[in-house]
Amino acid sequence: MKTRGDKALRYSVSTYVILLVALPLVAIIGTAASGGLGLFLQEVRKAEAVAAVRLTITTGLIVGAVNVVFGTLTAWVLVRYRFPGRRLLSSLVDLPLALPTLVAGLLLVALYGHESWIARFLDTDIVFAKPGIVLALLFVTLPFVIRAVEPVLHEIDVTEEEAAATLGATPWQTFRTVFLPAVLPAALTGGVQSVGKALGEFGSVVIISGNVPFETLMGPVYIFGEIESGEPQAAAAVSTVLLALALALHGTSRWLAKNTGSRHAAH
Amino acid sequence: MQLTEKQAFVGEPTTFRRVQWTRLLVPALALAYLGIVLLAPLFGLVRAVWDSGLAEVLEALNKPSALEAIEMTGILIVCSVVINGVVGTSAALVLVRQRFWGREWVNALFDLPIAISPVMIGLGFLLLIGRQGVLGPLLDELGIKMTFAFPGLLIGTLFVTLPYTVREVGYVLEEIGTSEEEAAATLGASPLRTFWKVTLPNIRIGLSYGLLMTVARTVGEFGAVLVLGGSISGRTQTASTFIHDAIEERQPAEAYGMALLLSLVSIVLLLFLEQFKKQRGSHGHRR
Repeated sequence: MKTRGDKALRYSVSTYVILLVALPLVAIIGTAASGGLGLFLQEVRKAEAVAAVRLTITTGLIVGAVNVVFGTLTAWVLVRYRFPGRRLLSSLVDLPLALPTLVAGLLLVALYGHESWIARFLDTDIVFAKPGIVLALLFVTLPFVIRAVEPVLHEIDVTEEEAAATLGATPWQTFRTVFLPAVLPAALTGGVQSVGKALGEFGSVVIISGNVPFETLMGPVYIFGEIESGEPQAAAAVSTVLLALALALHGTSRWLAKNTGSRHAAH
Repeated sequence: MQLTEKQAFVGEPTTFRRVQWTRLLVPALALAYLGIVLLAPLFGLVRAVWDSGLAEVLEALNKPSALEAIEMTGILIVCSVVINGVVGTSAALVLVRQRFWGREWVNALFDLPIAISPVMIGLGFLLLIGRQGVLGPLLDELGIKMTFAFPGLLIGTLFVTLPYTVREVGYVLEEIGTSEEEAAATLGASPLRTFWKVTLPNIRIGLSYGLLMTVARTVGEFGAVLVLGGSISGRTQTASTFIHDAIEERQPAEAYGMALLLSLVSIVLLLFLEQFKKQRGSHGHRR
């Protein structure tokens, strides 16, 4: 009797996830493919679509790289240093996970917008320009690298680093031989996650980027525009491209995370 | 030989000094990064609300359209918490306790929504259940309106919130094993009684954490809800799409008012999440 209940539960859960997740993805890819390869390539090669996808990928890569470096630094400071306000700062790192990304975009516009003293001081456009897009993406991806690196830093023995230093290693050597091999896989996991998130981000970007075709129009916003103007074929084609990239990044980050896990299990 | 000695002699004080220098540089860089990316925008909201006038902002929140949007988000929260609570717990039980063909695939599907843009998922459902979608004619025949109506909002929300409860409950189930449940069953407890008396109390903290993340994600969801709901004022407008429309209509008081409210909600959620994280941590250490 127990097994019958188990089976029923298993089938309901599998059906739910197939209907909710697999089916819409099949619908997107199916629609993109329905017109044949020629039409798919025609939609994907439209100059506006190419520019949007290219902008999405470049800003995503910039954000990923910045997060790997500064996220690791920040995790290091939050784990190893003691200063007033550290606990509060550490909690705030999770805020982008809880704050609506649309609100994040609005906050950035309020702060860095045209009339703000910062924009006037720097004498450059931040909002409705590429720097604004990068800032918004940095905000929404802030926790990924920090939260991936923190547990690893907790696990590295400070004595390992001290031993290296005692044996005459320069700080650079200690960094390269003790710190980097331990931290890099975790930092890359977070970095890849950041790029993946950046490829799909909509709420903050639609507010801050200004959505000018060929200038600041991001991939997901382009897709939204095509949906609104009744071009599902074009929307599905570009979605398929971004979807393939996002799934590849998702797989990579899961693989990296598993490898970090096994390294720690071996310890 | 002499040279290396000399190098060592000269080298040592400089590296020492460099360590001192990086000791200040690294925190300075980290704080600058957090300041620009995280703290400054929060300050931006406070200033924006201040500039628009607090009284005006609060008044804007008291208008019927704003209240209706808040109510819609509230209804979505209740629905997604109930459904994800049941589905997440069941799915975690199945994925952790059962071994079957295709388990890895089901597991991967549960994890997928975090990797997929909400706009794309909105498009996917539009192609399925929208007026021009595959099932559109059938739904029309039956007189069911899915998109640009409440069901569309709910489906979009359920998609983006799917991973959180499964994952959190799954962690706990893996950690606690089955010995307590087996003991209960040996003592003659029915499966249902075992679930209520043994399993549920054990997964309590993981489940709460997952559901809090579900609430946060429900409040914040924008792309999927905009595509599937259309943000029709008084009908399918949620708190987050309300902000978008207020910006489009150049009504800063409305936009900043709702943004302030949602920020406060997410800060409260964050505090609860921290609390649960601590409990989860001590829970883990005890075992």
